[in-house]
Amino acid sequence: MSDLDVLYQQIILDHAKVRTGGDLPESQTAAAPVFPGIGQSHQLNPVCGDEITLRVTVDGGKVASVRWNGAGCAISMASASVLSELAEGVGPEELLGLIGNFREVMRSRGKLAGDEEMLGDAAAFSGVSRYPARVKCAMLAWVAAEQALHQAVAVH
Amino acid sequence: MTFSTRSTVLALNSAAEQQKTKQSDSKWQEHGPTALTDAEVRRIRNDFPILNKEVNARPLVYLDSGATSQNPVSVLEAEQEFYEQRNAAVHRGAHQLAVEATDAFEDARATVAEFVGVTDSELVWTANATAGLNLLAYSFSNASVGHAGSAAQRFLLKPGDEVLVTEMEHHANLIPWQELCRRTGAKLTFIPIDDNGALRLEEAERLITGRTKVLAFTHVSNVLGSINPVQELTAMAHRVGALVVLDACQSAPHLPLDLTALDVDFAVFSGHKMLGPTGIGALYGRAGLLDAMPPFLTGGSMITSVNMSGAQYLPAPQRFEAGTQPVSQAVGLAAAVNYLGETGMERIHRWEMELGQRLVVGLQGIDGVRVLGPVAGRERTGLAAFDVAGVHAHDVGQFLDARGIAVRVGHHCAQPLHRRLGLTASTRASTYLYNTTDEIDQLLDAVAHVRGYFGADGSGERR
Repeated sequence: MSDLDVLYQQIILDHAKVRTGGDLPESQTAAAPVFPGIGQSHQLNPVCGDEITLRVTVDGGKVASVRWNGAGCAISMASASVLSELAEGVGPEELLGLIGNFREVMRSRGKLAGDEEMLGDAAAFSGVSRYPARVKCAMLAWVAAEQALHQAVAVH
Repeated sequence: MTFSTRSTVLALNSAAEQQKTKQSDSKWQEHGPTALTDAEVRRIRNDFPILNKEVNARPLVYLDSGATSQNPVSVLEAEQEFYEQRNAAVHRGAHQLAVEATDAFEDARATVAEFVGVTDSELVWTANATAGLNLLAYSFSNASVGHAGSAAQRFLLKPGDEVLVTEMEHHANLIPWQELCRRTGAKLTFIPIDDNGALRLEEAERLITGRTKVLAFTHVSNVLGSINPVQELTAMAHRVGALVVLDACQSAPHLPLDLTALDVDFAVFSGHKMLGPTGIGALYGRAGLLDAMPPFLTGGSMITSVNMSGAQYLPAPQRFEAGTQPVSQAVGLAAAVNYLGETGMERIHRWEMELGQRLVVGLQGIDGVRVLGPVAGRERTGLAAFDVAGVHAHDVGQFLDARGIAVRVGHHCAQPLHRRLGLTASTRASTYLYNTTDEIDQLLDAVAHVRGYFGADGSGERR
């Protein structure tokens, strides 16, 4: 596998095309609804203009859904998609832990490999950590989820 | 090469378009010196050590000179020689080194001033073009609150006045004016562009009125590669008494520039885009104007006398050069313009025009690639920004980097322009005198493979 193929794993390209959770209507991205269990965050990467609005719904102590509306590169869109898959049915605290773990892998400059057991398809992003300019792309949705999650739990 | 010759959306399609093409063709192909040749460019490349570098196990193909250019050995040596032989504080001190350093600094100013067709008292050193534009905006701001008195009336802005820019400006020639308007109550207006990115001159005619106090626009667009009609716009602005500010960042490095002949009142450019060091740029101000402007940055080296209640200021250029200046950078920039001058700006310009055409013809022939700005055959400098359908610019840039090709991706500090063209980002290849036709072909070959790699060409599978 070439270096480029390590970065753009087929699984990443697949998620970039068929995006789980990427169906939050544009019309709902302006303001976050203030309901217990709902949090929403907008994140922008000023370097490349990548953007995401991500909504987390927590119900019965578990993440019920992650839905988002975004535009950006393959890495940022695929990363939002795998996060949405990973988050469903997970407790808020556990998801915060996974986000922390993913961040650690992303910031490792290629030293850490993501644990597939723990991170699922998100482990495929390990290669991104060797490209400092792309780490923010991979983190975009996760930072949004972290913020939205805190909001959702706080309102609870 | 594998890209097809199919024309894209921006193909020439009307007789009128083709007529215009002929006119603009003849403008830059008929007279004067010839373009550099590929053989000369190969020799030129030997003067740039960094071009021998390998990136990702491939020879570097540097197509990002629009962002920052590379330095020839003569520039690196000039800076080193300055530090080894002449380094001292300039414009102060009576010792021999101080004299030599001051001479080097002021000789550099004279060299750079001559390169752009102005006198040395009209050229202020700045950190870069952005700093030059902010200097202007803050000086006008100071004039607007009464500093420098009636002599500075020309620069005064108030509610009801307008500052006019264009929709294609780099943020550096937009935000300082937005902020100036916010501080003074003046209104910012802009000349729109059409769907192909060309300035709508009939709108300029309508927008330039007695209310217009400043017209600020770019000579060459850093995204579109188009050359704006400076003299025409300047004449329109001067008819209503407006001051003209030219952003020459993408022209001073690439084409013969005579700011006096262009008749603009102010102009800015950056050293690092024209083979020089970072940290140095220049602001040109027409004779008489700079001396009437209130200073922006104040402090040492820019005064005649100071007491505890106030100060008197030196005339330009020192008036605007408070504090320790980028001396070795000025010396380096002078070496850079000497290098450009010896090579010949007209020849460089023609070579880059050829590279620009090769780029745009090739890119237009690749399925799913949309070139921003002038179509093939129309006047364009040696750069081209483009969109690849279904693949984000960041991914395009990463794909090219894996082949050792360095391009710029993103909005190139021109968000309003990208938004107007329906994009958030694009990929830009920008050339300079050291780029070869072979490098352009390598880029084209790589771009032709991008959509296949990302499965954006309908095949669904990576190839």
